[in-house]
Amino acid sequence: MLNIALPKGRLGEKVYDMFEKAGFPCPSIKENNRKLIFENEEADVRYFWVKPSDVAIYVERGAADIGVAGKDILLEYGPDIYELLDLNIGKCRMCVAGPKDFHDDKRRTLVVATKFSKTAQAYYSSIGRDIDIIHLNGSIEIAPILGLSDVIVDIVETGTTLKQNDLAVLETIFPISARLIANKSSFKFKTPQMEHIIKELSKQIRED
Amino acid sequence: MLNDSLNKKNIEFDPAVLDDIEKLSYGLRNIYMKHGFERFKMSKFEEYDLYVRNKDFLVSDSVITFTDTTGRLMALKPDVTLSIIKNSRDNPDSLQKICYNENVYRISQSTGSFKEILQAGLECFGNVDNKVTGEVLGLAADSLALTGREYVIETAQLDILASFAEEISSEPAVKDALLKCVSEKNLHGIDNICTSNDLPLEKASDLKELAGLYGPPGEVFPKLEMLCRGKGIDSCIADFRESLSSFKKGEHSSHVIIDFSAVSDLKYYNGIIFSGFVQGVPGSVLSGGCYDKLMKRMGRKSKAIGFAVYLDMLERL
Repeated sequence: MLNIALPKGRLGEKVYDMFEKAGFPCPSIKENNRKLIFENEEADVRYFWVKPSDVAIYVERGAADIGVAGKDILLEYGPDIYELLDLNIGKCRMCVAGPKDFHDDKRRTLVVATKFSKTAQAYYSSIGRDIDIIHLNGSIEIAPILGLSDVIVDIVETGTTLKQNDLAVLETIFPISARLIANKSSFKFKTPQMEHIIKELSKQIRED
Repeated sequence: MLNDSLNKKNIEFDPAVLDDIEKLSYGLRNIYMKHGFERFKMSKFEEYDLYVRNKDFLVSDSVITFTDTTGRLMALKPDVTLSIIKNSRDNPDSLQKICYNENVYRISQSTGSFKEILQAGLECFGNVDNKVTGEVLGLAADSLALTGREYVIETAQLDILASFAEEISSEPAVKDALLKCVSEKNLHGIDNICTSNDLPLEKASDLKELAGLYGPPGEVFPKLEMLCRGKGIDSCIADFRESLSSFKKGEHSSHVIIDFSAVSDLKYYNGIIFSGFVQGVPGSVLSGGCYDKLMKRMGRKSKAIGFAVYLDMLERL
């Protein structure tokens, strides 16, 4: 049986539709309930909803054979997995954002608030800028407004939240999209199913 | 003396008193020694300097260090291979076969703290030819078969991979990034690297095709030969084919696949590299390959090949 970890939310629903079209249907997943695991014995598939940032862990540790995770999560946590396809959905970008009129005073350490500490560290180290990181778990945008940090490193989709809080994108670090990932060991023992999924999803990506 | 004393007291080997990992460890040693490998017992400690000089070879940067009674900075071994090379004879014309069961001390990825890890493995030094490589690959397969689970040995030829990456760029940072993508089967990532480095996408097509090759040697070799035609690496393919020839028949034949995602560090490894997977364990439980480059860096003329079985990964079976 193929175990698939889906990220909870709109992106996960879209991804499920792609898997269904690829020949792995599980109608019970569309029922309106609070179940987290859904199985279709006939199609030999089991889906489960997990927090988007946890998908890579489920896949790396083999609880899921495959899953869909954002490139932001893969770069932040560096799981030992296969990154098989760029699904070209869930597109956004990792950015440095701050007050619209922000001027970086290079004589002092830059204070950065973020959920993505490793990403922020790697980016600023690549440009040789000394920083202090404040790790936050949510509402990152208010950090510069309250003077907690100079800037933030976060995901920007439309930029609406930034605008409404008088912030602006100062730099784009890298583009983000959803990726099909697989456990390295599962790939060896469930190769035909994996190859079938890659082929079918690639077809759908090309058609879009 | 000790043996005589144990015999007098009628203490005989009873497998029932061993736990599963001890049994496996004993079984592996048994297989290796039957193939002429001599057991190598080493000290738990090694001078820290050995690891500083070969830092990239280690799985993790962190090493437990302490100052010994003579003021030397010592380390608890994070790796076995470096110590074995250091203590081995350098005789390129003969073959030295060594096996071991040793603990190493590394940072656990999950907890971020140090962990004692039991490894079993073997190393061959000296005149390592395709026949010896084939024997080592066979023993790697025997090791996995001992678990009683379904297993797979994935193997690749690093010199072929390096030459394909070199065709795209000779810049070390770009080559490293390309090989990382190959290790992740990330073909779209190869395109992204070309785009961001102003390299024509057509240049990447051969590397992408190589990274996409996957399957038993009989299926993959004809495709590989087509792909490598005119690249001046025929001898690499011939060596690769000869090393795998013993798997054409026999109990392991359906368990060996060619998969170029089995990438290792080009600074240390060359030629054949391989990893082993067992059904039910999420990551690789065995890894090995030829490391003539590491030998050269350590001032040795001998060729070398070896592998380690990560017994801690098999604990949950």
